[in-house]
Amino acid sequence: MPDQGHPTREDQIRSGSGFSRRDFLKGSGAAVAATTLAQSVSETEAAQQAGTKVAPAKASAVKLDINGKAVTVTVEPRVTLLDVLRDDLSLTGAKEVCDTANCGACTVLLDGKAVYACSVLAHSAVGKKIMTAEGLAGQGVDAVAQCFVKHDATQCGYCTPGFVVATRAFVAAKPNATVEDIGKGLGGNICRCGTYAGVIAAALECSKKGGK
Amino acid sequence: MAERKHAWGPRDQNVLIGKEITRIDALPKIVGSAKYSADINSKGTLFAKLVTCKHAHAKIKKIDIEAAKKVPGVKAVHLFKDIDENEIKWDGDLIAAVAAERAEQAADGVKAIEATIEYEVLEHFVDEENLEAGKKAERSKVLGSASEGDVEAAIQGAKVVHKGYYGIQTISHMCLEPHGSHCEWKGDDLDVHLSTQNVSGTAGQFAEPLGIDEANVTITGNYEGGGFGSKFQADEWGLAAAKMAKEAGRPVRLMLDRATELKTAGTRPSGFVEVTVAADAEGKVVAWESHHWGTDGPGGGGVDVQQLPYPFKFPNFKRSQTGLECNTGPNRAWRAPPHPQLCAMTQTALDDLAAKLGMNSYDFFLKNLEFTLNDKAGTYAEEMAIAAKAIGWQEKWHPRGEGKGPVKRGLGMALHRWGGGAGPCTCEVKVHPDGSVETFLGSQDIGTGTRTIISIVLAETFGLPLSGVKVNLGSSKYPTSGASGGSITVGGVSGAHRRAAQDALWTIFDKVAEKYKVEADGLSAREGKIFAGKKEVCSWKDACRLIGPMPLVVKGEGPKKDGLTADQVGGVQMVDLSVDTETGNVRIHKFVCVQDCGLILDELTAKSQVLGALIMGIAYSLSEERIMDNKTGRYINADLKNYKLPRIGDVGELVAIMHQPASEYDRGVVGLGEPPVIAPGAAISNAVANAIGVRVPVLPLTPKRVLDALKKGGNA
Repeated sequence: MPDQGHPTREDQIRSGSGFSRRDFLKGSGAAVAATTLAQSVSETEAAQQAGTKVAPAKASAVKLDINGKAVTVTVEPRVTLLDVLRDDLSLTGAKEVCDTANCGACTVLLDGKAVYACSVLAHSAVGKKIMTAEGLAGQGVDAVAQCFVKHDATQCGYCTPGFVVATRAFVAAKPNATVEDIGKGLGGNICRCGTYAGVIAAALECSKKGGK
Repeated sequence: MAERKHAWGPRDQNVLIGKEITRIDALPKIVGSAKYSADINSKGTLFAKLVTCKHAHAKIKKIDIEAAKKVPGVKAVHLFKDIDENEIKWDGDLIAAVAAERAEQAADGVKAIEATIEYEVLEHFVDEENLEAGKKAERSKVLGSASEGDVEAAIQGAKVVHKGYYGIQTISHMCLEPHGSHCEWKGDDLDVHLSTQNVSGTAGQFAEPLGIDEANVTITGNYEGGGFGSKFQADEWGLAAAKMAKEAGRPVRLMLDRATELKTAGTRPSGFVEVTVAADAEGKVVAWESHHWGTDGPGGGGVDVQQLPYPFKFPNFKRSQTGLECNTGPNRAWRAPPHPQLCAMTQTALDDLAAKLGMNSYDFFLKNLEFTLNDKAGTYAEEMAIAAKAIGWQEKWHPRGEGKGPVKRGLGMALHRWGGGAGPCTCEVKVHPDGSVETFLGSQDIGTGTRTIISIVLAETFGLPLSGVKVNLGSSKYPTSGASGGSITVGGVSGAHRRAAQDALWTIFDKVAEKYKVEADGLSAREGKIFAGKKEVCSWKDACRLIGPMPLVVKGEGPKKDGLTADQVGGVQMVDLSVDTETGNVRIHKFVCVQDCGLILDELTAKSQVLGALIMGIAYSLSEERIMDNKTGRYINADLKNYKLPRIGDVGELVAIMHQPASEYDRGVVGLGEPPVIAPGAAISNAVANAIGVRVPVLPLTPKRVLDALKKGGNA
């Protein structure tokens, strides 16, 4: 399935429409959200054919591929990927900060593309490879993570995992990035302590090395 | 034997102190293994959400919290307000909390309660800049005044008199990890993971209201996602989590939602001021007269009248203050309280006076350094010279508003001071017989690098690598250490650890001297070895084996007046920026801070602290503010979309220069956390005035305020 089902970071940063997809999903009710899924549509059709009342908001099993491991959780269609990561799986690298797709603290990779996990429903992440900040510590520490350490690109650290994951996707897509490129490409993450200088230095170095 | 005295070593012999050392807890934060209080998810944890008031001023006539208990998954409910007695005084104040198996079920419970609430809506007042409206609404109170000398006579005799209006809006703390906790009962014991700047000081705040002994409460705070002065308390929502955990017999995690975090968990008071300031022919200030107002919320306080003008004491001054009681969230200490507001209200007026005198701002500030507090005039002069060189002040300086074309370039400067003396700290340093070293203290690392600088002090003292020492902090069961507020932590923990480590080292030296028949006085520890002069005596491990079967335990205390720490820091900031007079946009080109803070333990994290402060300063100078709607009384931008913080591309080139001549190193350690955030407001506002030729009176300098000021015109 192509990525169009998920808002990418580029859709969400300030230059975007200002429309919060997450609010749409939440506000329009779980049933509508659920019917956007092929699987649920077929279930709905089957239910309609059987003449039974449609009640798709019940919790059901979701199989997810997270950091290379298959995990199954049972959640309602309205539950976000972020809540599943944090509350069901204790993968708390992705943080809940704005909950409205503005700050990037919950950034994860979905098939290599950086997305806000607060704006992705868990059910719609089925069949995609999900990578969280924890995935950067797998076999050997990731080069981007090491660059963040070197350039002191963390203070309180709460925005940091999201920033690192966003940077990981950015440097892979943009070798030899300039400071201006970084300003645009990492504009979807907010830091309150003010670590931007360190993040820029880290992103410059990693981008130069092509993210290796 | 020579007298043993606690002291820092000669600067040129330091291996770690003063070098650029990466922080020891960086990696766990980066890869998400660092567990913040918001991340604690022990087995059976319930997730809580809040019912908050949607009116600025109201009474609850009816509420049914039982409605939530019928919602699937809801396990406990808490009512914050005794509805017969309490009135709600601001939008976002807490009404109830719901804990459920899942977050979305708690949200369902919140909705169920909200449907039952009936309010009696009362009159509100939130127009904090409008003094006349505040008086008319009977929401104003006179808060105090002070005067010295003869202001009238001095103004009469002055060469130039300037009258102006200035202001700085209320902001919120916007901690990315919201306030909150995870509470879990184990029998009679309560374990609290608290997002706090005050690990050692909050157990009692839970114990007393819960009717249990403080000894039964453990506060844990290993990581904290931002506090900036707002996280010293257990808070009513912390107690609610503990009570709901008791009721449900399950752990409860209750973190404030983003809107409630901004509305209720702390704000920085606003300040608006009418100033008359006068100078003699030389450009020296001879008189200051001011009246300021603003709000700190329902209390009707504001920015302390006793510290204006800042940081100057002019020969003649008169100042007074009015507070406005507003239906807005209450204030909490915000990084360097209330110096950013004082600086913005003072040094903008001074810069306008300089312009009226026809003076280069640099020359004007230099001339008036003699009036600065705390004997810092000489240091400020040095720092001004360094900053001017870094930014190219003399080459780039031009009188106000002389640029051609729609985009105007300008320079501005401001200076600041802070105390930063060492705070209370007790630590227990253990040197194990195998040579490993660890310390225990009930302090916290709020992102300032506390763990790292403790490691540096211990490793430097024992001649070990950083990996040879382990720092255990973040538990109220460890030896008591002060809260991290006021920039007092670095002095507190570094002094106590140097004392403890030197005491331990001397004990070990005595044992080595006895065993190896050498003079204890001539011994030193470096590179994991013990030396007598230049001769290696034994390894560190060999030396530690002499301790015996049990570890050597040494207590360190502080603060002490032994020269390891000091107080009073200062700094100078200069900014070079452009203003687009067609759009009102301000763009920072270069922002320089020259900062002193005595002896610097870690040059890298010290610089990060300064750079971060400049960015926070850019935020409140250009875009960040709480926006209250006069009509509804509501905080209408309490989210991260409309509460505008700078992004990574918005900050320009930032330069942190740590000013540490020998005279600073010799002072010992002084706190740095807060001071660099003080001067950006005035420095940036002054640079904008220099660029466009008119003063934009109120911070933040949003495009609208810039365009309004240009439209109004006039000279400052």
